[in-house]
Amino acid sequence: MKKFLLPLAAFTAALAAPLPAQQLSGAGATFPAPIYQRWAVEYNKQIPGIQVNYQSVGSGAGVKNFLQGVVDFGASDAAMTDEEMAKSPRGAVLVPATAGSVVLAYNLEGVAGLKLTRAALAGIFLGKINKWNDPAIVAANPGVPLPAKPINVAYRSDGSGTTFVFTQHLAAISPEFDEEVGFDKSVTFPVGVGGKGNEGVTALIKQTPGTIGYVEFGYAQQNKLSVAALENKSGSFVPPTPESGAAALASVEMPENLRVWPIDPEAPEAYPITTFSWLLLYKKYDDAAKLKALKDFVTYGLTEGQSFAVELGYIPLPEAVVAKANAALSSIE
Amino acid sequence: MATEKASADGINGAVSRRAPDIFRWVTALAAIASAFILGWIFWEVFQEAKPALEKYGLGFLTGSSWQPNRDRYGVLPFLVGTGATAIIALLLALPPGLAIAIFLSEDFLPRPAREFVRFVVELLAAIPSVVYGLWGIFVVIPLIQSLGNWTTERFGHIPLLSGPAYGNSLLTAGVVLALMVLPTITAISRSSLVAVPRTLREGAYALGATRWEAIFGVILPTAAPGVVAATILALGRAMGETMAVAMLIGNSSRLSWSLFAPSGTLASLLANQFGEASGMQVAALMYAALVLVALTLTVNFAGEAVLRYTERRTAGIR
Repeated sequence: MKKFLLPLAAFTAALAAPLPAQQLSGAGATFPAPIYQRWAVEYNKQIPGIQVNYQSVGSGAGVKNFLQGVVDFGASDAAMTDEEMAKSPRGAVLVPATAGSVVLAYNLEGVAGLKLTRAALAGIFLGKINKWNDPAIVAANPGVPLPAKPINVAYRSDGSGTTFVFTQHLAAISPEFDEEVGFDKSVTFPVGVGGKGNEGVTALIKQTPGTIGYVEFGYAQQNKLSVAALENKSGSFVPPTPESGAAALASVEMPENLRVWPIDPEAPEAYPITTFSWLLLYKKYDDAAKLKALKDFVTYGLTEGQSFAVELGYIPLPEAVVAKANAALSSIE
Repeated sequence: MATEKASADGINGAVSRRAPDIFRWVTALAAIASAFILGWIFWEVFQEAKPALEKYGLGFLTGSSWQPNRDRYGVLPFLVGTGATAIIALLLALPPGLAIAIFLSEDFLPRPAREFVRFVVELLAAIPSVVYGLWGIFVVIPLIQSLGNWTTERFGHIPLLSGPAYGNSLLTAGVVLALMVLPTITAISRSSLVAVPRTLREGAYALGATRWEAIFGVILPTAAPGVVAATILALGRAMGETMAVAMLIGNSSRLSWSLFAPSGTLASLLANQFGEASGMQVAALMYAALVLVALTLTVNFAGEAVLRYTERRTAGIR
């Protein structure tokens, strides 16, 4: 009997042991999930009393959950519209917390460091350029053995912030793309095949030679996909790196509401397709202890947390942005 | 004597009167609840779909462009994709499914061996659809890709086989769906073949029919309504299948004649876009869901009706 009771007693004792003093729950964008979850783990090691639980349910669902008030914070790649922010009963503060780039990954044997002009990029995703040896691609890649094969385009079939950022850039550089496709979290491309999630697009690219598609930088890095250097506004070809991403982020002025996209950065060393990703916080929290824990956690993310960015495939925030984000953070109460 | 009888009555009477009553209530409640939940789902989907129903009306069903960022919603490409994948699946699954059912209902193999084959075929129904999807990605897609390249080069002038060929295509989804509906077809067809009265078979033999003449001339026609019901239920399953299709079909909203072109189904559309949808897109997706529910319910009702008809017909002979 005792033998049986002992583990039972230990179990009930474990149940009765004080729970971590403070639990924070967040939900939203899948794109920044790896870095937010890393912050949660690392921060918990420093301050065991605070436990952060982040669920990557998608930007749209993150905004919905935030507006329903079922989470302590939300997260979104597409920030929030003014209309959405007005709907939040406890107010809303946008805090840029991390950033990343969207890369063009391709599968072409023997072709490394492909360069794509703005016209070629838009043309491929409009279906106007459909062979790898099209003059528009060849001209920017002298000496590169481009095959006379059809270009197979891969896109995200599910609604996603990645599509939002990518199409926003395309619409900015090509009036024709803006006219025919436009930009949003889910759009209808005139060509290609849709894969579900970054992993779906990555699978499409890996499986079929001649495929090009857009994925987050981190995914391309993990899966060792070849990525293209893109022509930016000043006419130079820039490969996606943490540095070229940082240059793009630094080139935009953060407005008062902290909602901005480096849609088409001017700096010559800037990679053209980058985005911030935002935490959605309430203006007011009723529970003072929760408020303090949340502020501490976000402050940690904005300072020490940025050091995990490069390793996980993100871009560390520029100092100016961190300063403004901290100011926004101190405005909540 | 009298007291004995009374006490026995007391015990038995109480048990037989009270216990079944509670039991009856519980079961009745469960039965009513399931009907209520079906109605509730319908109602809820209808409510959510209302803005789109009012705005797009029946034009929603005939419109061929789905552009959420422009608030343009036409579901025709997905209706076509849903119908086409389901029909491909049935065309591919019906002949082998029926063959297996005939094989299992005859005494070609000793009973334990037959039971084993039946068990294996029915196990196909137990594989989760995401596993079918993964299997499709690694096995069927490369196969269809090379088949497509070969076919479109030679027969590209036929609209159904025109290129360029994609691995993620209508045909890929159809092939995997065929495998997924095979157990449905086999199981129901087999039971309707087994239900054919012995007397009919013996009668056929008595008239000098061979085994195959008996099967094709007497047994199969008698079981035909059951086979039709199996086919219709399989159609319902194929139309509603989501995960495997979303992984394989290429999720495109362009209308195309080609079997090797990417396409989309209503179910895969919902799975893809619902998570990030907002505003009118939610209403439009709910409208699409309503169309899908109406389609599958109609198909299932039809299957059920045919199945009942069979039972009644064979009951007379039995």
